[in-house]
Amino acid sequence: MCGPGTERHRAITPRRCQTIPLYARLVRYGFRKHATYLGAALAGAFTNSVFGVLRAYVLIALWQARPGLAGYDVTDAVTFCFLTQAFIAPMQLFGGGLTIPERIRSGDIALDLVRPASLQLWTLSEDIGRAAYLFLVRGIPPMLIGAVLFGIKVPAGAGQWAAVVAGLAIAVVLSFAWRYLLALSVCWLLDDRGVQVLSLVLMTFFSGMMVPLHLFPGAFGDIVAVLPWAAMVQVPADLYLGKADVVEALAFQVFWAVVLLGLGALGTRAIRHKVVIQGG
Amino acid sequence: MIELDRAGRSFKVRGKVVHAVRDLTFTVQPGEFVGYLGPNGAGKSTTIKMLCGILTPTTGTVRVAGLEPSRRRTTLARRIGVVFGQRTTLWWDLPLSDSFELIRHLYKVERATFRARLDELTETLDLGSFLRTPVRQLSLGQRMRGDLAAALLHAPDVLVLDEPTIGLDVVSKAGIRDFLLRLNAERGTTVLLTTHDLGDIERLCRRVMLIDHGRLAFDGTLDDLMATAPGQSSLEEVVTRLYTGANQ
Amino acid sequence: MVRTYLLLVWTWTRSAAAYPASFVMMTLFGFITAAIDVGVILVVFANTTSLAGFSREEVLFLYGAASVSFTVCDTFVSNLDRVSQHIKAGTLDTILIRPVSPWLQLATDRFNPTRIGRIVQAGLVLGYAIAALGIDPRRAWMIPVMVITGIVIFAALWTLAGAAQFLLTDAPEVVNSFTYGSQQLNQYPLSIYARDLVAGVTYVLPLAFINWQPGLYVLGRADPFGTPEFMRFLGPAVALVLALVAGFAWRQGVRHYRSTGS
Repeated sequence: MCGPGTERHRAITPRRCQTIPLYARLVRYGFRKHATYLGAALAGAFTNSVFGVLRAYVLIALWQARPGLAGYDVTDAVTFCFLTQAFIAPMQLFGGGLTIPERIRSGDIALDLVRPASLQLWTLSEDIGRAAYLFLVRGIPPMLIGAVLFGIKVPAGAGQWAAVVAGLAIAVVLSFAWRYLLALSVCWLLDDRGVQVLSLVLMTFFSGMMVPLHLFPGAFGDIVAVLPWAAMVQVPADLYLGKADVVEALAFQVFWAVVLLGLGALGTRAIRHKVVIQGG
Repeated sequence: MIELDRAGRSFKVRGKVVHAVRDLTFTVQPGEFVGYLGPNGAGKSTTIKMLCGILTPTTGTVRVAGLEPSRRRTTLARRIGVVFGQRTTLWWDLPLSDSFELIRHLYKVERATFRARLDELTETLDLGSFLRTPVRQLSLGQRMRGDLAAALLHAPDVLVLDEPTIGLDVVSKAGIRDFLLRLNAERGTTVLLTTHDLGDIERLCRRVMLIDHGRLAFDGTLDDLMATAPGQSSLEEVVTRLYTGANQ
Repeated sequence: MVRTYLLLVWTWTRSAAAYPASFVMMTLFGFITAAIDVGVILVVFANTTSLAGFSREEVLFLYGAASVSFTVCDTFVSNLDRVSQHIKAGTLDTILIRPVSPWLQLATDRFNPTRIGRIVQAGLVLGYAIAALGIDPRRAWMIPVMVITGIVIFAALWTLAGAAQFLLTDAPEVVNSFTYGSQQLNQYPLSIYARDLVAGVTYVLPLAFINWQPGLYVLGRADPFGTPEFMRFLGPAVALVLALVAGFAWRQGVRHYRSTGS
């Protein structure tokens, strides 16, 4: 029988049984590759924690002015703050994390495309390994700092924890799917800097990382709540805080994951056509 | 022009003291063309760094053009030119000509003098075709010529070269060697050349110094060097013998 | 020295100006990226009219002043925090063979003129806040003083960050917490922070003099933490002391590199 193919709890179809060992290996590879940069990761964890502390005060001041805002209490808000800081590295909210753009520019992408395996799945597996490592090294420290300096909420019970882990896993996949699409776009866009800036705004501001999406006023708030970027940060955070309906939240995340991964598959086909067949 | 007196340089590597250069004494007169050989890790780069003022010696004294490099770094900088074979001294993202302009200002070279010198260097090093190209787009040979020109724009008295022909093809190497010979012969620039390429030594250097394990293992003319191993006919064999011999 | 600095800056600018479309685009992007923080402030104030006793325009004033100082520094000296990269690539050596101070060369290394976009953004926010607040004209003189003091303090911070990298060559990102963290800290009135933290950034690492202390004077407000009035005017003196300390640390850093090598 096939066991879980990744280090995270995922549902698998029997069809993928043979390829599980390959992808599992890729996940491990991704993990180990990033584990060599421990010094840089710890420095990043330090920075994330410092910013967590500074941002926490902003939210505390806001919640002191408006107690119970958006259904959160002050501790919820502080927890939210450190959660989003913890998410920065594993969800790569500031972009990057994939080698595809440089491989496209150098032409090495052709080598990747002739492999008898899906480029998207391959890259996803490595990215999951990366995310797992960064959750440990850059995700836990800010949470600990938050717990020690301010006191944070912790999910109660195995059921809630299961929902949190699922939410985080799908959020990682979503973040990957979005970054994968951006990475592929390098093949067509001569200059991807505009896209990078747009993505930065979407992944940090419109995801709820900088300030909870519940605070966004009126129709603006309604729109951002249903965008895929909300599913990357706001939704898993709400799952952690127990502020979201589990089924709805996970379904929302899965919906966007399917959409973005689907677009990614189409994109892979397109890039394969361009690079391998046309030699672009 | 270059005087080292019992110069030494040691590092603390993981708790242990490593002597990169030990008790180094030699003098290079103005106008000499000296080759500086040694196996990897022998202390060549460390010597170069001490000469340029990048590294301060831990023992002994170093004097270049009458100045102590570690104390009078900026003054000395105007009197010496340096070419690092493996890194460029040019500004990577800027066109070559921009780098030259910057050097003119940084070294305070008078405009007319600079123009004349640049024209001459452009001709002898054949830079004309890529003067406007950003340095990062240059081939290795082109970049090396650019680096050489950059090192000579301020007409230094001493030229220090750290493996300048590494990675170059035969034609490029020949071009650079000819250029260096002319420079030394016509302008009297003192040249210190570290290299792994024995062809460079044979072609260019009247005098050779060999450093091994931080100590000066040989200092003399090319003929003297060949004489250390009578019966060996190629420079390569002689030098190999000295490297492995010095190990014992 | 100033001439050399301007020359280096001008050379990079000329090079960037050779691609005008890219220049405009990158400037615009800088503007947008910097606007995210303003977006956060606006969202916060969509939910309250007062934050720790300060109104939206007052917060935008403090943010604007600190940001103008920060973005000017970010444009003109921030590449000092690439010391570690230069050491690792060996290019610090190529800097040391030139008859110019390494500080100058590093500060202007890869000078990016498109960062002007961020300065403009900050300036617009500051300008709006000043107009909307109706600042007492007799106190307005403090505003340029504040901004310049802020520039000096940030420049000193960056110099310290670069100096630290001579020792922390393997974990250079740590210094980002101090440089970028200082900007984050000063985006909001210090009254939101805990008393100990504010004391720390007043008496230990004088970040409070970037915009908080002088800003209180401009806004005509008393300090919620109760510091005496004369401290509002200490900014320039503090900046000078910090600059001297930073200069000393920098020279020590270079000396350390030259005596231990890489």
